[in-house]
Amino acid sequence: MGEFLLVTIQIDMHDQLALKLQDDLSNTIQKYAAKGVLIDISTLGMVDSFIGRMVADISGMGRILGAETVLVGMQPAVAITLVELGLALPGVATALDVERGMALLRRKIDGVDADGANE
Amino acid sequence: MAPTNSGEAPLRSEHDIVLARQQVRRLTQELGFSLVDQTKMVTAASELARNALTYGRGGTMRWEILQRDGYRGLKLLFADEGPGIPNIDLAMTDGWTSGSGLGLGLTGAKRLVNEFALDTQVGGGTRVTITRWK
Repeated sequence: MGEFLLVTIQIDMHDQLALKLQDDLSNTIQKYAAKGVLIDISTLGMVDSFIGRMVADISGMGRILGAETVLVGMQPAVAITLVELGLALPGVATALDVERGMALLRRKIDGVDADGANE
Repeated sequence: MAPTNSGEAPLRSEHDIVLARQQVRRLTQELGFSLVDQTKMVTAASELARNALTYGRGGTMRWEILQRDGYRGLKLLFADEGPGIPNIDLAMTDGWTSGSGLGLGLTGAKRLVNEFALDTQVGGGTRVTITRWK
């Protein structure tokens, strides 16, 4: 996927696994100097505060390492539940699917390059 | 409201939290909950199971299928033998945590269910009961 990393979460992760993913991803962003990260959670039937925080942390950490993160494919039931739980994921960019997520990443990265500043 | 079905699962490891989520998913599916209601109950269970493990040093999740006035519901009891919660008002404040979490576990879980009860004693463990009706 060129300068983008695509992460597809396909299993119900226990907490340590989520933390390991966060760790692995930060190393991979650095190793490949990735400019964008897409996290596909379309198969996840639940996002609780732990997973939600992991996603927010990846997004924040990625930004520091020079990569934009877009979370894609969240199921409507998961979105409704997350908001009611009290976790609106501020600062995390989202898109409906991988294709739209890619387009959003491109715009974000081009925007940064063109303006010389973050949005 | 005689219980027609019940069971218990241990909460001793992070893997048990995953198993508890899967168990609650199965039960809510069997009860015919909508996808949104399934997701809310599973998420609430995940928060409370993690609380029991992280703050209560482990415990159990007891589940019970209820029947009342022709409605069916799922009741979950999360019990631990941990230190208990000294200040319930504080613990029920969004964003407050005694650990490293987000402080959304108790308050968030409460918002996701129809009935919520917290019973805790300093030194005597914590019991959280949640119910969601179909």
